[in-house]
Order: sequence, then C-alpha cells, then structure tokens
Amino acid sequence: MSSLDLRQLHDTEFPIPDEMQGNLAITSLSKVYNWSRRSSVWPMLFGLACCAIEMIATAAARYDTARFGMEVMRASPRQSDLMIVSGTVTKKMVVPIVRLYNQMPEPKYVLAMGACASGGGPFKEGYNVVSGIDQYVPVDVYVPGCPPTPQALINGLIALQKKIDGQSLANMDDVPWYGVGPSDPVPIPILGPDIIDPRQMGLIRQQAMAAAAGQPYGLRELPTVPMKIVSKTASAAGMVEVDAISVVDEAAEADRKARRQDAVARKRAFLAKS
Amino acid sequence: MYGVGILKGLGVTIRHFFNTYVEDLRYVGKKLNSTQEFERRQGAGSSGIYTVQYPEEKIAVPERFRFVPFLVVEDDDHPERPGHDWCTACGICAKVCPPQCIWIVRMEDPVTKRPIPQPEAFFIDIDICMNCGFCAEFCPFDAIKMDHDYELADYDRTGVHIHDKDKLSKPFSYWRSIAPTTAWEEAVDRGGWEHIDIIKQKQKTGAPVAKPGAAWDSPYVPPIVPVKEEAPAEAAATGVPAAGAAEAATAATEMPVEDAAKEERRKKREAALARKHAKEQDGEG
Amino acid sequence: MTDQMIAPVRPETVDIDAAIGILKERFPDAVKDDTREGYGGVIVERGQLVEIATVMRDELGFDYLSSATAVDYLGIEDSMEMVYHAYRTTGGSPLVFKAQTPRENSSVPSLIDIWPGVDFQEREAYDLYGIAFPGHPNQKRILMWEGFNGHPMRKDWKEAYYEEEHKPFDSRWPKGMVRRAEELNVYGKNVEYPADFDLSRLSDDTESSLYAGMGLGVNVEALDNTDELKTDRLVVNLGPHHPSTHGVFRMVVTLNGETIETLEPVMGYLHRNHEQIGERNAWLYNMAFTDRLDYICSMSNNLGYALAVEQLMSRGMRYTPPTYRAEVIRVLMVELTRIVNHLWAIGFLLNDLGAFFTPALYAIAEREKILDFFEATAGSRLMCNYMRFGGVFKDLPERIHSTASLLNDKVRDFDTMQYITELITEALPRAVDELDRFLTDSEIVKTRTIGVGYLPAETAIAYSAAGPLLRGSGVAYDVRRAEPYSIYPELDFDVAVRYNGDIYDRYLIRIDEMRESLRILKQILPRLEHTKGESFFAGNKAVYMPRVALGEAYGRVENPKGELGYYVVSQGDPKGPQNPWRYHVRAPSFINLTALGQMCKGQKVADVVAILGSIDIVLGETDR
Repeated sequence: MSSLDLRQLHDTEFPIPDEMQGNLAITSLSKVYNWSRRSSVWPMLFGLACCAIEMIATAAARYDTARFGMEVMRASPRQSDLMIVSGTVTKKMVVPIVRLYNQMPEPKYVLAMGACASGGGPFKEGYNVVSGIDQYVPVDVYVPGCPPTPQALINGLIALQKKIDGQSLANMDDVPWYGVGPSDPVPIPILGPDIIDPRQMGLIRQQAMAAAAGQPYGLRELPTVPMKIVSKTASAAGMVEVDAISVVDEAAEADRKARRQDAVARKRAFLAKS
Repeated sequence: MYGVGILKGLGVTIRHFFNTYVEDLRYVGKKLNSTQEFERRQGAGSSGIYTVQYPEEKIAVPERFRFVPFLVVEDDDHPERPGHDWCTACGICAKVCPPQCIWIVRMEDPVTKRPIPQPEAFFIDIDICMNCGFCAEFCPFDAIKMDHDYELADYDRTGVHIHDKDKLSKPFSYWRSIAPTTAWEEAVDRGGWEHIDIIKQKQKTGAPVAKPGAAWDSPYVPPIVPVKEEAPAEAAATGVPAAGAAEAATAATEMPVEDAAKEERRKKREAALARKHAKEQDGEG
Repeated sequence: MTDQMIAPVRPETVDIDAAIGILKERFPDAVKDDTREGYGGVIVERGQLVEIATVMRDELGFDYLSSATAVDYLGIEDSMEMVYHAYRTTGGSPLVFKAQTPRENSSVPSLIDIWPGVDFQEREAYDLYGIAFPGHPNQKRILMWEGFNGHPMRKDWKEAYYEEEHKPFDSRWPKGMVRRAEELNVYGKNVEYPADFDLSRLSDDTESSLYAGMGLGVNVEALDNTDELKTDRLVVNLGPHHPSTHGVFRMVVTLNGETIETLEPVMGYLHRNHEQIGERNAWLYNMAFTDRLDYICSMSNNLGYALAVEQLMSRGMRYTPPTYRAEVIRVLMVELTRIVNHLWAIGFLLNDLGAFFTPALYAIAEREKILDFFEATAGSRLMCNYMRFGGVFKDLPERIHSTASLLNDKVRDFDTMQYITELITEALPRAVDELDRFLTDSEIVKTRTIGVGYLPAETAIAYSAAGPLLRGSGVAYDVRRAEPYSIYPELDFDVAVRYNGDIYDRYLIRIDEMRESLRILKQILPRLEHTKGESFFAGNKAVYMPRVALGEAYGRVENPKGELGYYVVSQGDPKGPQNPWRYHVRAPSFINLTALGQMCKGQKVADVVAILGSIDIVLGETDR
C-alpha cells in the first residue's frame, strides 16, 4: 500500500519551517478534529451487487465495523459520510448514484469496493456497465478484489481513516467544504440512446457534427505505444509516457476551477480580515 | 398464552448476550490471544464472542484462497538461474482468463524473430480480474498462482491497478510459504521441487533432483540441492544409468511403488502436454 | 468403484412422445418435429401458437411454463425463435416447443393469457431481441431504459467496448500490450451513440415515459401541481436505493391511503449483461461468471451450469460422466449452500419486518462457519467457482489449514472431516433450532406475517413461481424429486410443503428446508468417508476448451431460491474453439417477481417490503 502518511505532520517534534510556526495550534486542532471525524464515519446503507454481501458480512458480528465507529449505516444520504460503492455500477444505476452523492453533506467520501466499482471488473465489456464509478464521482479509496474479503474491506476503511488523518484544517484544499458557498454538485448523467455525461457535451457535440457531416466519428486513433505503468521503473521497450487524454469538457472544468479558486480566495480574505 | 413467544425469543437474545461473558469466564486465566484460543473461537463449535480484531489479529487465509494472481520466479539465491521466470509465455493463462485481463508479451529473439519461451512483459489488470483462479489451475508450468495478500487498498488506481511483471513476480519460496500443501502436491506432480524444464534437463544429464517428501508436512526439503563437490563427479563417473538407479532408489524410499508409477504417468502426461503446447506455440507464433 | 449415478439426460419418456403425437394429430400443419441436429421438441407455427399452447395446458397437463427465451440465429437460419419449456407440476421431463419468426418485424403471439408467468420473460425478449408480442398488455423494456438504442442481444448489435466476436481475444497474446478499454473509446467511457444522434432530444424523459407506460391511474405530472389536492392516491417509489429492496430493485406503488392499488417492479439497475458476455465466452469461462448470478449461492449456480453443459458433452464422442465422489461432493456443497441462503433469507426477512439486524447477525455468524469451509475448499467465500464439467475443481482438503503471511495473522488448523461433521451434526442443527425458537412463536412475527402476501396454489403455478414461494403455497414441486439429478434419487429426504401461501409459511418452509438439507448432509457424510481417495474428476482435467456437441440443452437444478435453469445452444465449429451460441439463465428471482404485483394488491404499504423479503430475491440473478 502506498504510504501517504501525513500524520507525521501532527508530531510536535516535527521540524516546523519558520513561516508555519504560527500554525502550530491549528495542526493540533486538526488532530482532534480528524480524530473525531474518522472515528464516526457513517457509511450509507447502500448495496449494489455481490460486494454488498461482503459489506454486510463486514458490518456483522465477525468483522464488526463498530470497532471503527462505522456501524451506523444510514439509509439516507443526508446522514452519511461515506458511500461504499459495493458492486457493479450499471449505466442505469449511475444516475441515482450521482444523485445520492450530490445529496450527501460535506465532508463526504467515496470508497470503491471491488473490481467492478473501481474499473468495471469482469463485466466491463458489457453494454450496460460503467467502467468505474470514478468516471462520474471522485473516489477516495479503491479496494481491489472480486469480491474483497471483509478483511480487505476493513483494510480499505483504515486507509480512508488514514486519509482523513492526513487532512489539515490549515489547508483549504483539504477542507474545501469550509469555503464560501455550497460545493459544486456533480452533473447528473442523462439516459439517452446511451448514457450521456453532461461534462462531455463538447466532445459529444463534436462527434455528432462529424457524424452529420458524414465524416467518420466515434473513432479514436490508437496510441502506438502501450500505456505506462507508473508503479515500477518501466524497462520494456516502447514504454514511453503518453499524455493523459483529457475526456472532460475542458471549458467546464476550467470554469469550475476558477470558481473554486475564487471561493478560496474570498474565504482567505475573509479570514485575514477577521 | 400471548407473549410467551416473544419471551422465548428474548431468552435467545439474552443467552447470546451472556454467552460472550460465559466464554470469558470459562477460559479465564488462559491467554486470550493464543493460537489455540483463536482456533476455538473461530471454529465450527464456537458460540460466544466471534469478532476478529482485524488489524491487531487477522484470520490467516486458507491455502487455496484466491486473490489477484502473481508470477512465480526463482529465488534470488537460486544457484543456476536466480530470479528467472517460471513463466514460459505459453499464453494459456491469457486464453483461460474469463474476463481477459491478462496481457503477455512473448520475448523474441531480436535477430531471428524466433519466440523465446519467456515473457518480456506481463500485465494483469486487477480492476478486471475476477479472482477465479483458472490461470493458476490450468498453467502447465505452475508459474502463475493466486496470491494471499488482500491488503491492496489504495488512493489511486490509474497507475497501480495494472500490475506489471515487476509487481507480479514473487519468489518460489513465497509460494511455498503461503501454500505448503498445494506446493507440495504440485511438486509431486512435477517430480521435483524445481521448474519442470529444469527437472527434465537434470533427468537428461543425470543430475540429482530435489524430490518432495512423502507427505506435505514431511521435513523440509530445501528447494535447491546444494551443489556438492562429490555428487556431480560421482554421477559423471558412473554415468547416467547409475544416476537413474539412484533416483529410483530415492523415489522408492520416499513414496510407495504405486505412487511412483502414478508419478511416472503424470510426468509423461505433463511432458506430452508441454510438448503439445510448445507445438501450438510454434504453430501460432 | 460403486455404481455411478449421472444426471439423467433428457429421458425420452413415452408421455412426452405421446403428447407430441396428440399435438401433431390435432394440428397437422402447425406442429412439426424439430429435426435439427441435437435439438428436441417441436416447432410450432406462430400463427397457431396460442391455440396449441391452450391444448398443452388444458388437455395435456403442462401447467407450468418454466422458461421462455429468444434465440437469434443470424447467419445460420436468419430467423429468431422463442423457445418454451413447459412442465407438469406432477413431475417429468419438459415439453419443448419453439415458435420461429423472421428477424425483421419479428413478432410472436403472447402467451400471457395461458401462462401469466411468461410476462417478464416476454418483456425481456422484447427488450433484448426486439421481438414484439401482440397480446401482451404491458410490452415495454424491462432491463434497459426506454429510449436505449437498439436491442443488445441481437447478434448484429455491437457494444461500445466491442473487441472481437469470441474470446480469447487475439490482442492478449503473444503481443499483449496492455490497454484499457476506455482508451479505445473516443468518449473514454463505455458509451456509443447512433449516427443519427440528435442532441436536441437531450431531455431526460426516461422517468416520465416509465410512468406513462404504467397505467398508474394517477397523473404523475399533475401531482407536482400543488394548487389543489386532487386525489388521495399517491405514487410512491421504493428503490432503487432503499434499505429493504435487497439490492437495487425498484417498485412503483400506487397507494390509496395506505393500501396498495398497483405495484409494478422496475428492474435492470444491476443488468450487467451476463448473457451477452456469456455468449462471447468460451464454455468454461461461464462457470466463473455463474458465481455472480445469485451471489449468495454460487455453488448451486455452478452445478446447474455444469449439468447443462454436461448434457451437451454427453452427446459428443469422448465423455465420461462425473465420478461418484464428485457427485457426493457436489451435493454436499449444494446443500450447504441451501442452508447459507436460507439463513441469510430469514435474517433479512426479519430485517424487513423491523427486527433490525439482530436475527440477521445470528444467522450471519452461523453462515460464516460454512463460508470458512467453502473458502478452504474452493478458495473464495462467495465466488466459489468450484464445479467443473465432469467433476469438481479439487478434492476436499485434508485439513482446513492456513499459514501466516501477513502481519498479525492468526492461523487455524482443523481436520476437514471433523470440521464439517461438527458443523453438520452439531453447529448447524443448533443454529436452526435456535432460529426456530427465536422467531417461530414470536407473536410479533406472527402478527406481521400470517395472512399477508397470500398466493394461492393455482396462481403460483400460473405465474411460474418456483422454490419456497411455490412450495409455501402447497405445491410439492421440487426439481430434486420431479426430475432428479446427481445422486438425489438415492438420498432420503422429503419435499417440504406448507399450505397457507403467506409470508409466515414461506418463512416456515425455509426452516423446514434447512432441516431437510441437514438430513441429506447427514447421509452425505458416510458417503464422503466411503469414497475417500477416489477420483473427484472424470476425464482429463487439463482440458480447458471442452468440446461439446451441436444442439441445445436445458439443465435445471433446485436452487435455494427456486428452479434455476440454463438453456444453452451450441452451434460452434466442433474442431475449433467453441463458444455458446445462446446462453440463457432462467433465473428464479426474476420469474418469482412476476407474482409480486398480484401478492401485494390490497396489502398495506409496510407489508410490501416483507412480501418482497419473503420471495427472497437477489438482484444479480434478477437483472443478470
């Protein structure tokens, strides 16, 4: 497991740079704050497929998520902090899932449980299956396996707790929900002739115009080199880095970022004034 | 009488409640986290508290447990081919994979373009893998196995969820340590602890082959026969028949005659299979 | 070797022949024998299908329509056909009849008036194949959404991530440069739009068209108009995200006060294209996929598929039936699975009744003990993938043994036979008795369940209900006795029946069935000891691309949830790699839901979840 352990920042022995000296009190507040947050992560009572059975088994007596303060499974998204996407996400189901995600209050986390929720799983090729819930909502922790055993799921939940531990109140990027204004909802996909992601409207329009003009559409020039595996030093011939292909509507994304930065700046200014 | 049924039900609940403490009392003074105690609590007859305190105590998974696959390679201290792949890039795992999550690049001779039985690259997309175990079941070289390490949770999937050869490769001693019985059974099938090609090669030259014991929990037989000064010389001096006799003798001491005969058949079948696959490989490659 | 018992391969009993004879006599022009290689039954002229079906039901006694499915013979006959399997509830083999239709403007008369259980299956055929069913009152899509482009199970329909017609794909070896499917798709997602895709039509009208097709008696659009209170009727959506729908199942309910007037299930939220992927797969691959159908009972799903394919293989040249030990192990696993499932079902039925999680916790704790055995034997707790054509994956391990490989691992080491003996003779009977004592007499359970969700026997048969739902209504129909397979003929057990047809009886029948399963398992134990050391597999285990004969086969087993059937058609090249031409799953959860609307009518809204819980559905199987 990758060690994204920012908890060392909470160590009072940690050498603090001069410009951060003033933040000492805030970091230890973060510690208390994060402790209370991570010890009461309430998952949503929400099962999709096979993995849901293992999720229920995890919540039951033998593995007992109550030990982590996670036994309160809430059926209402308004009362839950964590969405465990436990199973295959179909195109028909992703619409309610995005809607549920938007209804969850911040801070909210998403855990993709199992191969299907992470990247489509064995059913990826199917016409009604989404290749990973992270195509639609941001995911915090991925738990591989088909299905992950209860112990693997708890391992993922602990990873989530570690992530919460690493978040600092001092960093607005960690706690954007204290920014000004509500957080941006994820656009809800539309069920047309196939599923339509509103964030991709630009690309879809482009393709539709190409189709109307009789040009080939829906085709992609294949990159001649395979994708790069990030984990290890790539040694095999031909393994060069390919640019990540942006599939998100860039204008909308830039707009969103600008608004976010604007909100953060306003919040900073407000804090400085007070 | 109305209400008796509810009371009976509540009796069950309260018995469950007290059982957790009765268990504690009954075994008071024993170390609660000893292996024996754990076995009893997690056994078929357990009735009291049943919880596994996961990060502090984990249920070790059974030998046949399947999670994502890994590739077997020789140990780093192997005298002849340290770190060498057991995989021969025959492609059977890719052919039996139901969701088609295995990608193999077979090595090619840069000059003659003839295939070399070794994988140049090997990828498994664990976001597609369904942990079915067909690859391990049908691999004729025992080179791909199902791992027991389920603690793979991560914050990102784009790079790390496609396992490449470096990440997949684990030494043979690891496989022996996580699945001693299965590894022993396979070694019996192969006729020795080493890779089937090495065994065949050694049998040809008459070098000694490290044989598995008669039972899986028999004393540990090191996977690699330490290179003795005398043995090869002796084998060389007496020639192949003597070595063959010696091998037969060891076989006789280690396993009953019937088993040996069965072994012989199995070995032949394996060899034939391997030949067939090689042929297929040539035909298709 | 002891006497070998194999699954009976469609014994051509006189009764079926005689029945076909009668049909041919009555309809000399419309009924013909199916003479294609490997096929059976009759081909019926589609114009006279309804008349012929009426004769079958009323005069020949085939009162139970098990399965109805479509097959697309593009490139072979350029026609589509509906395949029906009708049974008698007194037992025996099926009467298979087919109706053919051209691929263009395809239509087959609906049989919903003769067997109402065909309702959802015809809708599925319409959705996935585009066959119209004149006479069907509610013909619309069932698994995909309204407005989806095309009928995806047609052989000429290609999905977004289409790569090749059959697996294994050539791109995997020997030059398997890894690539994610998203990279090949221009949208980076699993989507594809038709060439005439009109962007102006981007309003999300799936919901309104869903309501429009329901005949709710309520104008849903007008309900938003809050000017005045127009009606005391109310449309309530239960699901797809609802704690008591056992997954992503949705019911649209019209209420009058608290009483239900109509209920219509909406499904497809977990439709993961099992059958389409199954037709691309090779025969063996589907074994791993069947695990994910009814993901609580993967072992019995495996067995049904193994039986269906073994039927096909037995018509080939080299075939050895499963050994006796293999059959013993299979029955051991399947009956343990039945207990696993019923424990789960009862636990969650009580959840639905409001006893949140306590009964379920007790049931799950016992279930874990069985799962430990599955994990040690098959390698996985849920997705066992244990059966093979001709036997099982591996013999039972000598010891349930683990080795520590991670930090803090605690090892266990049991003798397997000792473990399962203790499980079967002590732990599980104790657990069943405890559940019985806990719940059966409870006045609250009785008040909530007795007389609720009543399903009379005739309706249950007509709606093709199966499993505990059918037997709870007083029909003693169990595939293990009606058309025995494996070694069930030599085992001594009774078919559990209850007669009141309400939720309480469906609960009781699950307790009864667990007791019967334990009775079977106690007979299995000595057989396991006897056959110890015998081969658990017939034939050559190393074959990963089995050869099957041309033709069709229908293998069915009594799954814990009801009759699970696999209809498989082989049309492949007998020399080359083979794939199923058609792979259809007759899913008990799916067909049992046909009767849900009927059962809920007139009940209170709080009872709906309980009635649904008593049917015991699993969405993986319902939507496939």
